[in-house]
Amino acid sequence: MTTKWKRQLLAGPYIIWMIGFILLPILMILFYGMTDSSGSFTLHHMIAIAEPIHRKALLLSLKLALICTGICLLLSYPLAMILNGMHLKRQSFVVFIFVLPMWMNFMLRILAWQLLLSNNGIFNTLLDSLGLPKLQLLNTPSAVVFGMVYDFLPFMILPIYNAMSRIGRDIIDAARDLGANSLQVFVKIILPLTVTGVLSGIVMVFVPALTSFVISDLLGGGKVLLIGNVIEQEFMQSMDWNMGSGLSIVLMGFVIASMAFMNVRGADGEGTAVW
Amino acid sequence: MAKELIHMSHISKSYDGTLVLDDLELRIKENEFLTLLGPSGCGKTTTLRLLGGFELPDSGQVFFDGSDITSLPPNERKLNTVFQKYALFSHMSIAENIAFGLKISKKSKSYIDSKIKYALKLVNLDGYEKRSVDSLSGGQQQRIAIARAIVNEPKVLLLDEPLGALDLKLRQDMQYELIRLKEELGITFVYVTHDQEEALTMSDSIVVMNQGYIQQIGTPEDIYNEPCNAFVADFIGDSNIIDGIMIEDKLVEILGVKIPCVDTGFGQRQPVDVVIRPEDVELSDPPDGFMEGNVASIIFKGVHYEIEVHANGYDWLVHTTKMFPVGTHVGLSVIPFNIQIMNKPESSDEKAVETGDY
Repeated sequence: MTTKWKRQLLAGPYIIWMIGFILLPILMILFYGMTDSSGSFTLHHMIAIAEPIHRKALLLSLKLALICTGICLLLSYPLAMILNGMHLKRQSFVVFIFVLPMWMNFMLRILAWQLLLSNNGIFNTLLDSLGLPKLQLLNTPSAVVFGMVYDFLPFMILPIYNAMSRIGRDIIDAARDLGANSLQVFVKIILPLTVTGVLSGIVMVFVPALTSFVISDLLGGGKVLLIGNVIEQEFMQSMDWNMGSGLSIVLMGFVIASMAFMNVRGADGEGTAVW
Repeated sequence: MAKELIHMSHISKSYDGTLVLDDLELRIKENEFLTLLGPSGCGKTTTLRLLGGFELPDSGQVFFDGSDITSLPPNERKLNTVFQKYALFSHMSIAENIAFGLKISKKSKSYIDSKIKYALKLVNLDGYEKRSVDSLSGGQQQRIAIARAIVNEPKVLLLDEPLGALDLKLRQDMQYELIRLKEELGITFVYVTHDQEEALTMSDSIVVMNQGYIQQIGTPEDIYNEPCNAFVADFIGDSNIIDGIMIEDKLVEILGVKIPCVDTGFGQRQPVDVVIRPEDVELSDPPDGFMEGNVASIIFKGVHYEIEVHANGYDWLVHTTKMFPVGTHVGLSVIPFNIQIMNKPESSDEKAVETGDY
């Protein structure tokens, strides 16, 4: 009994961390979101999501997050297939290349893109030198989506690649042996066996894309207002913690709903449980 | 004489510069249980994968029923394979696994259902349709893999060490199941294994391979009783393989002793390999026997004792049901019929017969 207790003690720091940095902040947001400045209960701040400016920001966030997730999926799946078909040594090198940017500071990478996409950046200089008109790249929704795709792509590639590399060569051989052509092997074997990877990839890209505000800040130049930006402004500029918290609760609802949806869809697979 | 079904002609294959098969020539008859037997890396699995269509030979051709199928992809061949690690589709139920090939060839639902029932009955797993792959034991999974292959009514079933992952008792049961299956289905089995006992138990004919060369093709009795070289003798069961000199027809000299044998036609004073199976050596009290020695060790093996006798500088392996304590002075004798004389390897081909590297 005592040894069991002692062993549980090892989890102590982690429990303190969870309470202090996850549980308490969530409780505080719930409290602020459901009260007004005098501290009495109100749902006003959560209902405020329906105000035109908030609603517009939320819909834009959902739209861009969906586009970003879609692009990531379209890029990642073929990439994972190509990767999986490579020689083993080369595989780990290419995976390393994909993961490499994640080791650099995220802000630094987005700031770099801000420079590259600017009016005097490398792309417009190139266009200019070719005698073509300059393009407005920065401060557009496209730039924000581009930034998101760039940043979140590895989170889509890795789970799909993992699921794919778990499919043994003999599984493919067996399907071919039983008469399946390449298309049938893909539809009946590879696709169903990688669904779990696709689902966790979707969650890992969609959720951060939905809640992001730094990318839209830096690459959208304040012209692309996402729900994350609205919440940030409520906290940092308006100093209206109640409003910021109320909107956060609504956003959290969307995040949890999307994760739950994916979890139900992938319930029978392994490794999809992200919460 | 049964009809020839498969002919592999002058097949060579190498991986990364290593020659795995060198000018292989193999004919497989209809309705035959043929076993490819050899140590790992001998090319037996590659031979099977060439038959299945998973590999292309560097040179040579594969004929099936008279037509060239060398470059035909696996999905267009009338063969089915049972893989070593079963390779069941984990995202499908047992019934869906078995139905996979039939659905692809667009058979009717009633036909598929009756086939699933038939196949499950055949492998003694009736009523398992709805079960998931993960809920089955290794032996059951292997039987499902066999069921999945045979519902497609292949002319040839290829089996790649299908019993390798099972424990001894289950393996023996499955050997009988496979023999029964083959008789019920009346199709050709090509079976790959490194287990000589498995090969001897099940096969109509055995192909012993080593380092990409076929060493000997024959019935289990031929292979065991008349091994054509030292490698085969050593790989199939235990053997005493001794350097000898053929003095003349029916007389061979080993370890300084001239003993009578029944082989002829080796010429005079030719160096040869002499193979004597341990169960063919008889121990007696001296001065009986052609050689005398001392018992060095004795191990009880159940049916027999395994005895090591040190005589004339050679450690003889002897299997006998009689007990001889360590240190006993014994005489060794072998009846002439049980002495196998084999030519020493000469050409480069036969380098592969050197023993002990597996």
